[in-house]
Amino acid sequence: MSSFFQDIRWDQIIKATKETLMMMGMSLLLTIVIGLILGIILFLTSGGQMLHNKWIYRLLSLVVNILRSVPFVILILVLLPVSKFIMGTSIGVPGAIPPLVIAAAPFFARLVEASLREVDRGVIEAAAAMGLSKWMIVWHVILREARTGLLAGVTITTITLVSYTAMSGVIGGGGLGDLAIRYGFQRFQLDVLIVTVALLVIMVQLLQMAGDALVRRLSRK
Amino acid sequence: MICFSVACRGVLLLIKLVDVHKDYVSGSAVVHALSEVHLTIKRGEIFGVIGHSGAGKSTLLRCVNLLERPSSGRVIVGDVDLMMLGEKELQQRRQKIGMIFQHFNLLTTATVRDNIALPLKTSTLSKVQVRERVTELLELVGLSAHEHKYPSQLSGGQKQRVGIARALANHPDVLLCDEATSALDPQTTEAILALLKDINAKLGITILLITHEMHVIRAICDRVAVMDSGRIIEQGDVLNVFLNPQHDTTKDFVSQVADVLDTDRLALHPQGRIIRLTYRGNMAYEPVLFDTVRSTTASFVILQGTVSRMKDTPYGQLIVELRGERAETDRIIAELRWHGLDVSIVQ
Repeated sequence: MSSFFQDIRWDQIIKATKETLMMMGMSLLLTIVIGLILGIILFLTSGGQMLHNKWIYRLLSLVVNILRSVPFVILILVLLPVSKFIMGTSIGVPGAIPPLVIAAAPFFARLVEASLREVDRGVIEAAAAMGLSKWMIVWHVILREARTGLLAGVTITTITLVSYTAMSGVIGGGGLGDLAIRYGFQRFQLDVLIVTVALLVIMVQLLQMAGDALVRRLSRK
Repeated sequence: MICFSVACRGVLLLIKLVDVHKDYVSGSAVVHALSEVHLTIKRGEIFGVIGHSGAGKSTLLRCVNLLERPSSGRVIVGDVDLMMLGEKELQQRRQKIGMIFQHFNLLTTATVRDNIALPLKTSTLSKVQVRERVTELLELVGLSAHEHKYPSQLSGGQKQRVGIARALANHPDVLLCDEATSALDPQTTEAILALLKDINAKLGITILLITHEMHVIRAICDRVAVMDSGRIIEQGDVLNVFLNPQHDTTKDFVSQVADVLDTDRLALHPQGRIIRLTYRGNMAYEPVLFDTVRSTTASFVILQGTVSRMKDTPYGQLIVELRGERAETDRIIAELRWHGLDVSIVQ
């Protein structure tokens, strides 16, 4: 059994794990910021809300839907020049960040919109009645009340990002998924395939458990 | 206290709604939620608006702090027409108009203390001052022991107390109550009504409440308006409206808490004259009728009657048949009127 794994180059595995974590971490940060803003605008401009605006909502909604309907592999290729422009390179870990963010932010924005919609309208009305400004209502009431839903959304988005990073091998982004394809699949190194997939499964499992634990901690219902 | 004319203007009147209309357009149909609403509320009074669901009372209440903007009309609170204010000014004015809700509308993620502190985010108070103010409010509503609990750990009555404390945080001069006791059981309702009455008396805060329950009006209101399909159909002192309901809707509501004296179904062949006596205040406890009739040779029969209490005012209403000489019954009626009783001759 020990001989089965003897050909694995652990330094490669460690490097790939680092790459995956790097891509995930950096793109997650940007995704949360952009997706949160986008989700808040989507929510506020939707019907019956504070900044109700049919046209802004429809336009944003359309952009989000388009970005979400393009398969990620294709998005990477389409965004090559954009990545080059923003990051200075279109390859490697930095080159993978823009497509990851542009794919995940609209996804997260929808999750944000949905969880803000769960906030009791009565509480928002009460806040307006006490004379809080719109910004204060968003910050002190809506985001606060939606925090467990938002956190669950972050967990889901993080895990989606992990699976997206697997495809960044196309542009040499590296990472565990890339390793699994190049060694495990293309060179028939079953051992590498098993180890990388196992690592990915563990990673996702840990993320989900951490997310759930935080949600439980913050839940007051 | 010395009052200068500018400061004193509008001291008596606090809220004035002038010809307020509110229409909703849904598809091609226009719904008139409010039509020709005129309402004046005096400083320091408890004013109740009663109506069945869908009568427009909730819309009316929300027009007072412009949570709903009227389609036309004027909404004057203090000496400011809210309809003329910009967003920032309106927000500032709203800080002085507290509001409580049927379903409390508390932050589920915040403790009792933090819920009460929420409206103070708009103030310039320091952290220490906020803490002191919240402590005061906790004492006022009797929740000091529960300050670190979350709303899900509280009973309905306790949640409404948090709502009241929150509404009072910025020292408002008006408190709007949106069916504040409708989600509570009878005992808790009594306690919350007592608290509102207490706040009105102690802090001098004017209260405008809406309800569909007549006993709420009867327990704490000074004046009442009755609404039906977007219009105010009757308004006045609670006792007057209560004793002489004019519209069927009003009679319905009155019958929730007391027998409406019904002169249509009295004895068919009375031997004497039937009169309706109404007395209010402490006279309800005096033997005026007995003393007056005793001084004559006439006698009387009580056909229907009720003696009760409205807010703090005792009142009574009797339908009495006077039997005796015409001249004597005339004298009795005159004398009862002289004592201050309201006498109307039914037959």
